[in-house]
Amino acid sequence: MTDARPDPDALLAALQKEEARQQRGKLKIFFGMAAGAGKTYAMLEAAHQLKAEGADVVVGYIETHKRAETEALLAGLEQVARQRVAYRDTQLEEMDTDAVLARKPQWVLVDELAHTNAVGVRHRKRYQDVQELLEAGINVFTTVNVQHFESRADAVRQITGITIHETVPDSILDLADEIALIDISPEALRKRLAEGKIYTTERIETAANNFFRTGNLTALREMALRLTAERVDHQLQDYMHLKKIAGPWKSGERLLVAVGPSPFSEKLIRWTRRMAYNLEAPWLAAYVQIGPQPSGEAKKRLDDHFALARNLGGEVVVAASSSINEGLMRLAHQRNVSQIVVGKPLRHPLRNLMRGGSLVDRLIRASGDIDIYVVTGDADAQTEPPSKPAPRYPQRHSGLMQYIYAALVVGLATGINLLLLSTIGYRAVGLIELLAVLLIAVYLGRGPALVAATLSALSWDFLFIEPRFTFIISRPEDAVLFVLYFTIAIFAGNLTAQLRNQERHARHNADRTMALYTLAHEIVEAPDRDAMLGAVAAQIGQVFDAKMAILIPDTLNPEQALLLHPASTLPLASKDESVARWVFDNGRPAGRFTDTLPLAAAQFLPLNTASRTLGVVGISTQQNEALSFEQAALLETFLNQVALVLERELLNESAQKSAMLQESERLYTTLLNSISHELRTPIATITGAASGLHNPQTNANVAAHNQLIGDIQSAAERLNRLVENLLDMSRLESDRLQLKRDWCSVGEIVAVAVKRMAPDLAGRPLQIEIAPNLPLVQADFVLLEQVLVNLLDNACHYTPANTPLVLSAQQAEQTILISLRDYGPGLSQDDLARIFEKFYRVPGTATGGTGLGLSISRGLVEAHGGQLWAENAPDGGAIFRLSLPLTTLPPPVREANL
Amino acid sequence: MSVGLSLLIIDDEIQIRRFLRIGLEANGYAVHDATSGHDGLQKAAQLRPDLVILDLGLPDLDGLAVLARLRQWSKMPVIVLSVRDSDHNKIAALDAGADDYLTKPFSLDELMARLRVAQRHSYGPAEQALFCSGNLQVDLDKRLVSVGGESVRLTPTEYALLRLMIQYAGKALTHQQILRAVWGPEYIQETHYLRVYFAQLRQKIEADPALPKIILTEPGVGYRLVEV
Repeated sequence: MTDARPDPDALLAALQKEEARQQRGKLKIFFGMAAGAGKTYAMLEAAHQLKAEGADVVVGYIETHKRAETEALLAGLEQVARQRVAYRDTQLEEMDTDAVLARKPQWVLVDELAHTNAVGVRHRKRYQDVQELLEAGINVFTTVNVQHFESRADAVRQITGITIHETVPDSILDLADEIALIDISPEALRKRLAEGKIYTTERIETAANNFFRTGNLTALREMALRLTAERVDHQLQDYMHLKKIAGPWKSGERLLVAVGPSPFSEKLIRWTRRMAYNLEAPWLAAYVQIGPQPSGEAKKRLDDHFALARNLGGEVVVAASSSINEGLMRLAHQRNVSQIVVGKPLRHPLRNLMRGGSLVDRLIRASGDIDIYVVTGDADAQTEPPSKPAPRYPQRHSGLMQYIYAALVVGLATGINLLLLSTIGYRAVGLIELLAVLLIAVYLGRGPALVAATLSALSWDFLFIEPRFTFIISRPEDAVLFVLYFTIAIFAGNLTAQLRNQERHARHNADRTMALYTLAHEIVEAPDRDAMLGAVAAQIGQVFDAKMAILIPDTLNPEQALLLHPASTLPLASKDESVARWVFDNGRPAGRFTDTLPLAAAQFLPLNTASRTLGVVGISTQQNEALSFEQAALLETFLNQVALVLERELLNESAQKSAMLQESERLYTTLLNSISHELRTPIATITGAASGLHNPQTNANVAAHNQLIGDIQSAAERLNRLVENLLDMSRLESDRLQLKRDWCSVGEIVAVAVKRMAPDLAGRPLQIEIAPNLPLVQADFVLLEQVLVNLLDNACHYTPANTPLVLSAQQAEQTILISLRDYGPGLSQDDLARIFEKFYRVPGTATGGTGLGLSISRGLVEAHGGQLWAENAPDGGAIFRLSLPLTTLPPPVREANL
Repeated sequence: MSVGLSLLIIDDEIQIRRFLRIGLEANGYAVHDATSGHDGLQKAAQLRPDLVILDLGLPDLDGLAVLARLRQWSKMPVIVLSVRDSDHNKIAALDAGADDYLTKPFSLDELMARLRVAQRHSYGPAEQALFCSGNLQVDLDKRLVSVGGESVRLTPTEYALLRLMIQYAGKALTHQQILRAVWGPEYIQETHYLRVYFAQLRQKIEADPALPKIILTEPGVGYRLVEV
């Protein structure tokens, strides 16, 4: 482990830290050993200096404690109005975070970082307000005393005897860009106290004799200095990483602390955090669940411990296992842990002997090359109510009824045995009793099994073993039998119950896996997003027995309020919606059972992916209780899945969009190329011919004059046709095309189209074959006429001038089939395949078409529910065929009443 | 032949006005023009023109509204100009009392023909006793129809149709106008009657029923009988 090269991961981490820091506002902490050290004063002085340099500095919240010199410094600084919060009978003042965010100054001063906000303010703690300000890019000056840091609270309590309730997580220190230690000697501080510069006169004496004792102050000062020194050391490390200076790289230590519901765990967590910080190692808090979930007080303490560990920068992991040391070792190996921290057991050594040594002994034996730290509980922790150690075996809580059932079963077995005694003898009786004990173990649990074992042993002795009806055992072999029976019954009962419980536990795990699997399956199977969210709502509601709300941003107006998805089962008040909005904007959980906006009716969790928040889920259990850690972890897994699927769908959508964009880009280019040529040619003809008409010489020549006028006319007609094509195309493309269906006679349509094309058809033999009694068809006369005109126009263009055309119409079953046959060169295979594509033009043909006519025609025919296709006639030439469905027949006609 | 007739053009496009003015003045019309609906209504009232050419797409008033106001006090012939793809506008204009319509772009010859027809019908339906077009001869007094000298038997409904078309020869009649006149107002939606009866009629009077020359179909609008 003496590799001198910089570790790439560490380098990356340092760079990321630096990058995140650059986007965030800067945080400067004025840090002191105790109240009165002059932190606020120093902060105000720094603010004045910044202001003098032209920076935009405002006061978010300053507590002057009526100290005159501090108040004097406050003058001249802009103060953001505080918010007033009604609390019972009084009004409390808190920093108005939203007002500061709206004001968006360069720097804001926020005093007393560890302050706990009044109920009703968005965050529970002021440091959370500060984090929000920093994330908004606002630089923050703040003050805090050493005793308020989570990791020091324990030590401070031990030294001063005062329990610190207002704490901030140590991770805040990592956020700080600069830490200014406001140091003052204990003597000077006591002098300031005596002069009344810290507290009002009546409190001076109490303070001087308690917290402000010289011994306390010295210890606090050392703590403050040490914290600062550690911090400086860290900055040096970061700097070395960033500047790629190879140095004393850490060897990848990783700590794991075993925690449980015991109050002692808190101390272990703090201890581990300090240790990890000094080692610069990541650390995990591990809880091994070996039985049913802890409930009530124990559950609350366990959740608190998890929260503490997270606050201190640790990761929380949970494993289910049949024994603590096995679970711990498994986690340790999975996560490459190098050191394990456990508490020193308070259990009587004799009990440990029975179990093959204490947890620690067994852990050490199994640990291999992992170091084990054993940390002692302190006096305080022991005075707390003795916590039951986590049970070794998972057990069901057996109620009184179970014991009564057990007694009844033993009684029943004994009764049967009394009847059978004469036949089978008293030894077989013992085996029957044993069977009863095992059954009790399976169905009623460990406690009842042990009771049953005892009861049955006694009744066996009393009722069956000679001399009967006494507890005396006369024969030595009976005595041996009795002792053996008792031992076997206890052991077997115990073992059976344990097996049974493990099975139940396994089933529980299987249920959880099944729930996850079902969810994953349903998410994947759902045909669209709405169905998917519906499945999620149903599944989560069922698994957690909760009502839930899904909120997603309006795709059209992402800035607007989130939309409550119809699958939601939880009605939301507008207050809750704003909580959801906050969660969406900040990507962090909030609401009930959290530190942010805890007054909300439900807990709100973000649907986060690596890059963004896609939605918010609100959940409220039927029992209105916080989710257990295990449930919360499962929910998180659920939501991660949902977020991933949502993300995937969004990505798909945008991929589709970009594909469509590309396609339309391509069409656009083709269109431009084609159109610009097609537009310019007739325009050039018209301008050229017009200028020719201006010319007196050409004008005098009558033949030339007429020729030019003819040119202008035909060019204009060509332009007109082009524009009509383009308009038709755009109508078709935009889906704005509305058919004006009416009863049409195909013969009439043909006649009108032929008449319109008469100038182009001149000199060409045209045969029209309309079958007699062709039924009327529901269609848009004008559009079908356009189709026929396009087909005729095409035929005129692509076949030699005097070749004949045949236009026919007949009924074919439930369709009307219109065909235009030409005697031109026919179509190549490539043409047949592509001729209806937009802008496709048969290679080598003269200009004059846009390549749109056939494509439009097909669109128009398809809008009628018909088909348009091309084929080659067997004896040469092409046939374009158009089929129209005959859905209904017109009602009968009647003569007029004349 | 139309010398001396006065004509008002209501159109906001200067090029159209100019081209119409040049063409119409050359044909002996006295041409006035107006560039907006309000302007047009005012000038129509002041000048009392013999004919009006009205563009349906005007900047201030809808052309149909101009037509409706004009019809409140005058029966002067009105020809409306419209662009393709607005069949409903054409029909609405004809139903609102326009005498004819032209789809842009159009030729001067077409316009002159329409103006002549409109002028002829400006005092109600034509009341000549004998009508001839190509091979077709119709004696309206004696109810006799012959094609190329051969007498043709028409059903009463066919005859009623033909008579109506002859009365308004040269003018486009909408489906509804025809249905109302021949079958009655409760039949104005039954356009398939027209498809059937005009097909029968054409079989009897047209030289080539597949390519009719006398009774023409006006796509999406109605029918027009022309004198060949």
